[in-house]
Amino acid sequence: MGERMNVGLPAKIRKDVESYISEHNISESEGKEIMDRVRKFYHRALYDPEEAVGVVTAQSLSEPATQMTMRTYHFAGTAGIQVTLGLPRLIEIFDAKKEPETPSMTIYLRPEFQTEVKAIEVAKKIKEVKLRDFVISDVIDLVNLTVKCKLDSEKLKKFNLEPKKLVKHIKLKNIDCETKGNDLTCLSKKTENVNLHKLKYKLLESHIEGVKGVSHVIVSKDANGEWFITTLGSNLKKVFEIEGVDPNRTICNNPFEINDLLGIEAARNSIIKEAVDTIGEQGLGVDIRYVSILADLMTSTGGIMGIGRYGIAGNKDSVLARMAFEETKKHIISASIDGLKDPLKGHVENIIMNQLIPMGTGAFELIGRIPGGKPKPERPEKRAAEKPRVRKRVEKPKPKKPVKKPKVKSKKTKSKKPSKPPAKKPKRKVKKK
Amino acid sequence: MNTSKINSMEFGILSPKLIKSLATVRIVTSDLYDADGYPVDGGVMDPRMGVVDPGLRCRTCGGTIGDCPGHFGYLELARPVIHVLYTKYIYQLLKATCSKCGKLLNRDPRSLDHVSKSPLKKCPHCGKQSKKLSFVKPYTYYSGKDELSPSSVREWFERIPDSELKKIGFDGGRPEWLVLTLFPIPPVTMRPSITLETGERSEDDLTHKLVDIVRINQSLKENIDIGAPEFILNDLWELSQYHVATYFDNELTGVPQARHRSGRPLKGIVQRLKAKEGRIRGNLLGKRVDFSSRTVISPDPTLSINEVGVPEQVSKELTIPEIITPLNIKTIKELIKDEKVNYLTRPDGRKIKVTQENKNDLVKTLTNGWSVDRQLQNNDVVLFNRQPSLHRVSVMVHKVRVMPYRTFRMNPSVCAPYNADFDGDEMNIHALQSEEARVEASMIMDVKNNIISPRFGGPLVGLDLDQISGVYILTKKETVMTKEEATQLLATAGLDMELPDKEKFTGKEIVSMMLPSELNIEFKSHACKECDKCLREKCEHDRWVSIRNGKLRTGVLDSNAVGAFKGRILNKVKRLVSEENLKNFIDSLGRLGVAYLMSRGFSIGLSDLDLPPNILKKIEREIENAQKEANGLVVKFNRGKLKALPGMTMEESLETQILSVLAEGLNVVSEIMIKHIKESDIIHMSRSGAKGSNINTTQMAAAVGSETILGKRIQRGYLNRITPHFKQGDLSPTAHGFVARGFKQGLTPFEFFWNVMNGREGLMDKSLRTRKSGYMQRRLMNSLQDLKVMEDLSIRDSNGNIVQFFVGEDGMDPTKSDWGTLNWMDHIKHG
Repeated sequence: MGERMNVGLPAKIRKDVESYISEHNISESEGKEIMDRVRKFYHRALYDPEEAVGVVTAQSLSEPATQMTMRTYHFAGTAGIQVTLGLPRLIEIFDAKKEPETPSMTIYLRPEFQTEVKAIEVAKKIKEVKLRDFVISDVIDLVNLTVKCKLDSEKLKKFNLEPKKLVKHIKLKNIDCETKGNDLTCLSKKTENVNLHKLKYKLLESHIEGVKGVSHVIVSKDANGEWFITTLGSNLKKVFEIEGVDPNRTICNNPFEINDLLGIEAARNSIIKEAVDTIGEQGLGVDIRYVSILADLMTSTGGIMGIGRYGIAGNKDSVLARMAFEETKKHIISASIDGLKDPLKGHVENIIMNQLIPMGTGAFELIGRIPGGKPKPERPEKRAAEKPRVRKRVEKPKPKKPVKKPKVKSKKTKSKKPSKPPAKKPKRKVKKK
Repeated sequence: MNTSKINSMEFGILSPKLIKSLATVRIVTSDLYDADGYPVDGGVMDPRMGVVDPGLRCRTCGGTIGDCPGHFGYLELARPVIHVLYTKYIYQLLKATCSKCGKLLNRDPRSLDHVSKSPLKKCPHCGKQSKKLSFVKPYTYYSGKDELSPSSVREWFERIPDSELKKIGFDGGRPEWLVLTLFPIPPVTMRPSITLETGERSEDDLTHKLVDIVRINQSLKENIDIGAPEFILNDLWELSQYHVATYFDNELTGVPQARHRSGRPLKGIVQRLKAKEGRIRGNLLGKRVDFSSRTVISPDPTLSINEVGVPEQVSKELTIPEIITPLNIKTIKELIKDEKVNYLTRPDGRKIKVTQENKNDLVKTLTNGWSVDRQLQNNDVVLFNRQPSLHRVSVMVHKVRVMPYRTFRMNPSVCAPYNADFDGDEMNIHALQSEEARVEASMIMDVKNNIISPRFGGPLVGLDLDQISGVYILTKKETVMTKEEATQLLATAGLDMELPDKEKFTGKEIVSMMLPSELNIEFKSHACKECDKCLREKCEHDRWVSIRNGKLRTGVLDSNAVGAFKGRILNKVKRLVSEENLKNFIDSLGRLGVAYLMSRGFSIGLSDLDLPPNILKKIEREIENAQKEANGLVVKFNRGKLKALPGMTMEESLETQILSVLAEGLNVVSEIMIKHIKESDIIHMSRSGAKGSNINTTQMAAAVGSETILGKRIQRGYLNRITPHFKQGDLSPTAHGFVARGFKQGLTPFEFFWNVMNGREGLMDKSLRTRKSGYMQRRLMNSLQDLKVMEDLSIRDSNGNIVQFFVGEDGMDPTKSDWGTLNWMDHIKHG
């Protein structure tokens, strides 16, 4: 307990108290007293040791999930991008899906780009432009095995392009493109087995300009009057390179992408932010500490692990815990091949063994003796008689035993049963036979 | 108490030697019983492997049903068979080792996976060129084009030296043990047969399977002995392999399922262990219990929040063991005389049932050292639970109050943590059986210790429904009563309090008597009108709650003050007084609210929704306007002149805009309605946060608004229209789910249909959601369950891996916080 009492106030609270003291012109001695009282108050709010935070975390996160709606949409009025929300999104985050169902970015701009015109300009650079956007009509020419497209010259002008320049942007292998006026003719370099429909699709989808994968961009103003861009589809790396984007604040909703680009700590924060936003959007309250515990567990290996079969729950050290979760057969078989030993340190393992779980009130192993009570005469003989027997069976646990044993024995003298069976059994056999 | 502990558990492969030494019987015949119905010696039901019939004794250990754990037998297989569950590992081993010297085909072996993925073609030890190996599911191996028989696989594996196995971490045993030569026969106790009413015996699935295995093995042996042709032997061998395979796992891909005579697939060993109802999840992690009871719940606001009303019938059935000591012998004797004890247990363990006839004799013989099973009585500690148990407050300790009738009674204030209501919900109670359990449970699981939710750090237990309505109306400015009325009110609420000598009492004064005198708090009430400029104490609507030194000066107490989830006062009071007093506070305030409602009367009726005719007209006009505006959008859209919203197609923008126009229209209607509806009890309920909201009132009194499916206006049905009553492509609100009338006014048939469509969506969503979130909870729980806070305030898992260095980054338990924060300012100001 001594150690816990030395825990200092969290920085934020300390600062708050300090500014409170200075603001109210409180004398030094009184200020010190206030600080002391706050510290005592804080110590009272600390966690008790052996508290099963894991279980409380799981409950606190999933109990509100039962109240979530399956699918929520941005409700009428707010024009914006439809992103997955509610329970499916929460499951997506906890499962650590590589690609979210609706990847999205929130892009902030540098101060010098804080006008609507400039923001739109940046947005234009970000939005992916595909060949499809310039094509008015397309035809498959089965005779010449080509795909012919008619281009929209007005649209081309908007992007400062001409048909000839456009061709240079088409970066597809095995395709030759020619332009005649506003007509675009594309021929596959392969001569046999040309799938023209596939070719056409590939051609129309080919990237011309902007950031790959970003299909929608919306420029809007936030509560502080700052311009920012939201997108559907994400590609943080490319967006960071675009002029005017403030890479310090720009984020996407995919922790994996953030991990690749900014590292695991950032990914952890991203998981927390996404989960808190999803839960908060539904108007459900969950303490942020629980989300942080889960996020820390998910990222504790240095990569992002989901919670399921292929993540944390399926990669536990304990064979029994894994068997109890899913894929019982797989785990028991591989454990027998590897000759694994389960030290029964966890929660389920001990429930399976019908023992107290090593948590909360079950974590403490000392059994006290009532001072001055309980009979003594039998103990010395018993200890002498039993010690060798115990040693034969168990070799390792030496250090703790001498402390515990007398206590165990004092219990045993009362009930008499537990220690004897090994000696008795053979006798019984003989009798009955 | 037995204090020995299992320290660890090891997994491995059974060796033939071990199988033999474990066994007590060698199985030689497939017969189960002889003509007299006795089990055959050397058969699969041999009594030396344990007994399952009452009265019989095990021939090995002499134990009866309860105390004989059962003993294994063994069967000598005429020809070895592959253990199907290990086929993958057998294949890997074949690929990874040399067929001649048995050494690994890799100079730097890391694991079995690693070596078997890319083995060297030529053995680096003996130079033998290895053939291409293949595996045909379910259990056949080929070396080149020749089939490898189980015997040859076994011989191959015997050549693998132990030193090589160590390198790849194959530590569970010898690989040749993966090919079975001796087959362990599990004890009878593991596969008990049941006797049907007709006297017929019905054997366990495993026994059936074992009989098959033994039978085929017998005939294979006989055929080998008489020197039958090879193809016959191979057929039998194959069959033997099949039976052994399905015995272990009857859901193998590529293997036809072994079936019972009725056509039901038999349960293999794997099926026994697997999944929800399997051994592990069904029997080891979850158990059926005695001393529990379940019935319908109903509310009783006169109970304390930590009490539960238990029906007499239940109390007679549930018992609590008590050891007779000089301290309690007198009371227990009285209980026996009253027939409130069900059983006596003598020191030698014999049980005696207490009846009317023998009770007087028993009282005389009862001495110290006996124990009794005493019926449940008032103030006993029981666990009270409602499923689904989603969080820890779904199981709490309540004190028993034995009551007439057949339902469990509870205070409505504890509905929130259990998520219970009284539309037929059932709940369970569990009577704890040991003194330790009762003490521990009542110290940490009592309702009064769990008022603050660990999830968000606010109260989970608080006033509910009528209790809130009552307190709300009572604290309203206009509530004034005479001393007589006030006395009557307090008496009804069961509150023993002295009233000061005064003529008139305001409701606020009465409520103030409940508040702890140290209470100082100010906040906005739920009923707050959100004026542009808050006048705080001078609020003309009396919605600013200000309590000074336990006196309610201004404002009304409603759900923001004392309700579950939001009750600001509850958190504050928790910090000021003991848990016991917080419990009493909630109890008395709840009773006061209900008592006041009982004297005042509280009901709602159709006329509560009446609006003056001119207002109704106005509302109608507003709704029409909204529809007109929406229709205008449709016209624009049809002409192609609608401006698309950013990032949306034309259709999408139209839909969003129509929805927002209609929603806005309804908002206006709602505001008008709220302004002009009379101050009835319906309004009291929604304003105080007891139940319902302005939206509910609007939908009843004015208009329901647009019904939606999947967040959009109703679109499904016929081609381009919902029903054939509309023109194709009609996009007007009326054709797509807009309900322009309120429930009181009545819906048109179309509107009614749309409303039901919306209702159905809600039902589907709910059932889908519970399944999804249930699975998510299971996975979360399995990932997180081993984390705990250590003495040094770090979070570690069961292996000691640190997950967080400082719990929640500030070490604070949300349960001990104010909505997750440390309210130190309040603490130093008001103590």
